[in-house]
Amino acid sequence: MDWAGTIVQGLLLGGFYALYGIGLSLIFGVMRLVNLAHGDLIVCAAYLSLVLIEVTGLPPLLTLAIVIPVMFGLGVLLQRGVLNRVLGSGPMPPLLITFGISIMIQNGLLLTFTADTQRLPAGSLETASVPIGGLATVGVLPLLNMAIAILAIIGLQQFMGRTDLGRAFRATSDDPTTAELMGIDSRQIYGLAMGASLALIAVAGILLGMRTTFGPSDGPARLIYAFEAVIIGGLGSLWGTFAGGLLLGVAQSIGAAINPGWFQLAGHILALLVLAIRPTGLFARTRDL
Amino acid sequence: MIKARVAESPAGWKQLSVIQFTALGALVIGALVSLPFWGGPGVMRMLVEFLTLLALAQLWNLLAGYTGLVSIGQQAWIGIGGYALIVAADDLGLPIPLGLVLAGVAAALLALPAAGLLFRLRGGYFSVGTWVVAEILRLLVMNSTDWLRGGLGRTLTATSAMTRETRELLTYALAVVIGLGVIALVHLLMRSRTGLALTAIRDSETAAANLGIETQRIKLFVYLLCAFGTGVVGALIYLNLLRITPDAAFSVQWTAFMIFIVIIGGIGSIEGPIIGAILFFVLRQFLSDFGEWSLILLGAIAVVMMIFAPEGIWGIIRRRWQFEIFPVHRRVGASSGDAHERNAWQ
Repeated sequence: MDWAGTIVQGLLLGGFYALYGIGLSLIFGVMRLVNLAHGDLIVCAAYLSLVLIEVTGLPPLLTLAIVIPVMFGLGVLLQRGVLNRVLGSGPMPPLLITFGISIMIQNGLLLTFTADTQRLPAGSLETASVPIGGLATVGVLPLLNMAIAILAIIGLQQFMGRTDLGRAFRATSDDPTTAELMGIDSRQIYGLAMGASLALIAVAGILLGMRTTFGPSDGPARLIYAFEAVIIGGLGSLWGTFAGGLLLGVAQSIGAAINPGWFQLAGHILALLVLAIRPTGLFARTRDL
Repeated sequence: MIKARVAESPAGWKQLSVIQFTALGALVIGALVSLPFWGGPGVMRMLVEFLTLLALAQLWNLLAGYTGLVSIGQQAWIGIGGYALIVAADDLGLPIPLGLVLAGVAAALLALPAAGLLFRLRGGYFSVGTWVVAEILRLLVMNSTDWLRGGLGRTLTATSAMTRETRELLTYALAVVIGLGVIALVHLLMRSRTGLALTAIRDSETAAANLGIETQRIKLFVYLLCAFGTGVVGALIYLNLLRITPDAAFSVQWTAFMIFIVIIGGIGSIEGPIIGAILFFVLRQFLSDFGEWSLILLGAIAVVMMIFAPEGIWGIIRRRWQFEIFPVHRRVGASSGDAHERNAWQ
């Protein structure tokens, strides 16, 4: 087995999972909510881009200019119109609502686009690659994805740490009641957080659609990868989630190299091992979330 | 003296008397038992499906509605139950009813290590974790290409020696026992001390633990019990369908059915899943092409109900007419002298 090549490919694959995981981590951090439709919304973004490409003839990366704001708006709408209505009645209602939405999206996509798998036409970008250190050649697309994931984390950290709105996010995360007393509208904060989460996964969805095929029922697997990135990395740490995503990709890549049937299984087993040995994740901050 | 009285409706609510409750029960049981003599095989098949859905929904309600463990991975135990029945009946040559019991045991045995990991997760992450467990089991079955024939799946052949009538009668009898058995189990459990502990855990785990409830042990007990029950129902489903594939048996659609039935009918009650299962079943019979549209419709109804009527249809009925059939609530009150001394549940 070509270990170096397998690991490099795994890391690049993991970059996608990292981006999924950051979106999940963000909303959990701000409002302790797990969006079970997370994966289906990733697939939704890819289909949205597909439609735009067919209608306008734009290249996939340019459709981001439309898909990101649309997904952001959808996130704000989902949070403010639906999920904010069940705030304060425990963790069950939002879970069941997002589960219902997940089933609706899957079946809606199946009705509209049939079960055939699709791919976003990326042109020359699909195959473009650069050699790295003589070890392996790596695709430009996964590198771009990795760069976006890193930029997203740095951007989020700067935003949270340095801006007034970011401070409002952190205050709401720590204690929504007290934050409200200070004049922060937590419902608005939650809306923005969900919007940001969907904007992130819009990018992930389109990049993934350019790299590989996707179908209406691919959402749950995406949700699970996002979850595993968070579990491996540790709750409450964006860099942890990033590392968790990369490790998940490497595990899958090594699993597949040993036996093609073990691609997903190897990732799941890594996540369970981390849960068994270090339940707080490998890079968790001590803060209890 | 102040004490929590066993299983009472709120003050002034109507309940059935012992005689009424027994009569209603006898009527339902009598109708189900005598059905093979007056109903055709078509009606029996419909009832098998209805009773399986009802049992699945009751078990999910016990897990999520009464204990607060929101699992979206119950399909794990349906798949394990189905495969366990085929292994028990075809590979080991055991009788079908024993196969059903072993299916439950197999599910519970696998649920034990799963729970050890899942209970480290809280809230929403627990839910996704249950899904991961189901996915792992699906992939393991997929990778067992020789024994379980991987993605091709297997067919139950042990019943091929029986006549069609015998097989259908056996399936129906088992479905009646399981369907009614699950309702009786949940009812009795919720009226026991364990039931009180369960609702306490659901409402506040921290407070329950502070009152001396062994929250982890009780949650584990319910999780394993529901895995066992769902495993048995899974075996029943594939006794009826005969053909099993990993993608169908471990499909999240099973859990979607359970959740939609429970939410629409009314979470946290025994009557709710019954009403939900009837509605679900009627909808399925009327929508000749039960496919994507029906699931979108059910999902939309469930989401709207979660927002505007989280107690479901039974919750609305219960509040409007102040009436219960299976009272499992508890009420704090003086120990003697009020009107409720008369009712059936003292």
